[in-house]
Amino acid sequence: MGSTANKWIGLILGVLLLAASMLISIRFGFTVIGWNEIKAALWNYDEASMEQVVVRTARLPRTLIAASIGASLAVAGAIMQAVTRNPLASPSVLGINAGASFAIVLAITFLGISDINILLWMSLAGSGITAVIVYILGSIGREGLSPLRIILAGCALIALFSSGTQGLLVLNQSGLQDVIFWLTGSIASRDLDTLIPVFPYLCFGWIAAFLLAGQLNILVLGENTAKNLGQKVVYIQLAAGVVVVLLAGGSVAIAGPIGLVGIIVPYLSKYLAGRDHRWMLPYCAIIGAILLLLADVAARLIILPEEVPVGIMTAAIGAPFFIYLARKELRRE
Amino acid sequence: MRHRSTIVAVCSLSLILLLVIVLNLMLGEQFATPMQVIQAASGQGSPELQLIIQTLRAPRLIVAILVGAALAVSGAILQGVIRNPLAAPDVVGITGGASVGAVAFITYLPTVSIHFLPLAAIMGAALSAVLIYTLAWKNGVRPLRLVLVGVGISSLLSAITSFMLVFSPAYSASSSYIWLTGTVYGSSWLHVWILLPWLIVCTIAIALMLRPMDLQLLADDTAIGVGSRVQTNRLLLVAISVGLAGSAVSVGGVIGFVGLLAPHAARSMVGPVYSRLIPVSALFGGIVVALADLVGRTLFPPFDVPVGVFTSGIGAPFFIYLLYRSRKV
Repeated sequence: MGSTANKWIGLILGVLLLAASMLISIRFGFTVIGWNEIKAALWNYDEASMEQVVVRTARLPRTLIAASIGASLAVAGAIMQAVTRNPLASPSVLGINAGASFAIVLAITFLGISDINILLWMSLAGSGITAVIVYILGSIGREGLSPLRIILAGCALIALFSSGTQGLLVLNQSGLQDVIFWLTGSIASRDLDTLIPVFPYLCFGWIAAFLLAGQLNILVLGENTAKNLGQKVVYIQLAAGVVVVLLAGGSVAIAGPIGLVGIIVPYLSKYLAGRDHRWMLPYCAIIGAILLLLADVAARLIILPEEVPVGIMTAAIGAPFFIYLARKELRRE
Repeated sequence: MRHRSTIVAVCSLSLILLLVIVLNLMLGEQFATPMQVIQAASGQGSPELQLIIQTLRAPRLIVAILVGAALAVSGAILQGVIRNPLAAPDVVGITGGASVGAVAFITYLPTVSIHFLPLAAIMGAALSAVLIYTLAWKNGVRPLRLVLVGVGISSLLSAITSFMLVFSPAYSASSSYIWLTGTVYGSSWLHVWILLPWLIVCTIAIALMLRPMDLQLLADDTAIGVGSRVQTNRLLLVAISVGLAGSAVSVGGVIGFVGLLAPHAARSMVGPVYSRLIPVSALFGGIVVALADLVGRTLFPPFDVPVGVFTSGIGAPFFIYLLYRSRKV
């Protein structure tokens, strides 16, 4: 798609699709809810109706959470790929999610914290520290940030953090069953009280990401070129890092580590909207939200009456894609 | 000189292993003096202590040592074949496949004899090895692509494992420890007997393959010149490695990084020649897992921290160090 008009049309289509996916996510599940009931629940809430209660307390929060997290993880992935110049980078692959999870499990099991506000900060701290470590490890080599090294460093950090998480869980087994479901990434049975405190941070992350878009376009040309064009590369990288930490850390605080959304979506967006981040990032946000909404609906329906953690669904879709990209990327070199 | 260093390494590691064995039998909730251990092992002394040592500590210790040795040797072979210091059964996704096979066997074939469990794990491991190798193949296999494809496959496999765990009727927290972290908690003599036949087969295979293995270290052309069927041998070696990793996983789950750590430590002691490297790796792997289990069992009583937590805790920083050292990735 070349022209700006086409991109606008695509964006509007995307928003319509997003609205449709949200309606699907509200309607379908263990009980299918009629359109009239949905309308009533949204504008004319009647607590006596069982179906309306389901919409208000379960489906609607879940839908909003899926959309916010999907958008956040996808945008975070796109930014990381721009900064590391590596199409395989994403919050899950580089260990950011694992670091955030470790921090949260530490807070829940050892410090006895269950307040989402504090958990959010733990999650942000965990993902921030991991981001710094992975960046340092990835750029130790001679020629600055090495795209492949950073992936391997991510692998090692994931192993480290997940073993730490398991260790913590053994030492404090009380909430183990819940936490295991959470650790695979799940947005089931989360209410709006989990989303609301985190939402402002996510919003800030999205806005900051869109403001950074122009600078990211320059950064992907390579650090030296960017420097020659007068960009303060370090500041941009730092700002991008903060945005990634906000988006990924915030998402993990709500739903646990949901993997590989941040790889597929930026790739699709690049295909649809081109390499200009000012277009690509909004596309990412919308497609990410749609993808996670649909994955979550599938997770609900695939083995009724049970539910699959949505993280398993995204891994099942995302891993083959990761392999495809890995092959493609190495061929190019 | 090399030979002397091998002898020194084997002797000192054997001594350490002996020490770890004795400590493992002595320590625990119920302390036993070395004298009591010997008495209990030979069927004398208090019945309570006999029970603890004969049916709890001894089989668990043996399983730990066997699993550690199997993973270490599997890693040693793999590193030689792939010629990549970062290769290890867990890094390239073989153990992930093994745990899918094992969990599927337990979940969907509950009536089949448990002695076939290693076979299921080995088949899972072999399938994922074939899958990874095929996907990584493009005019030969470059180590880096292998590792990256392994990363992707691993995350897919662990998704499948957690899926089966969450919905298996036998789901319990402890079973998820085994398959997601690796532990030898609750090992019995049954586990020893499940594991042993497969390991014996693999050991015999290794003994027969020692010379071809060393030829793998040469450049392909040279090895062919000496009369080695390089490709066939490579396939056989990978098969042995898969067999070892699969049997180890079927009993102890995915105990991370032993297959990476132990061969490296062994190579730094005795060099790359297989006939020396493999025994030393095996000893080292056994020591690491037995020691990690001892620590996990006794450090935070009454909790039993899975071995995998400790091995990954040591192994992951080591992996980072390797990454740092091989700067030209």
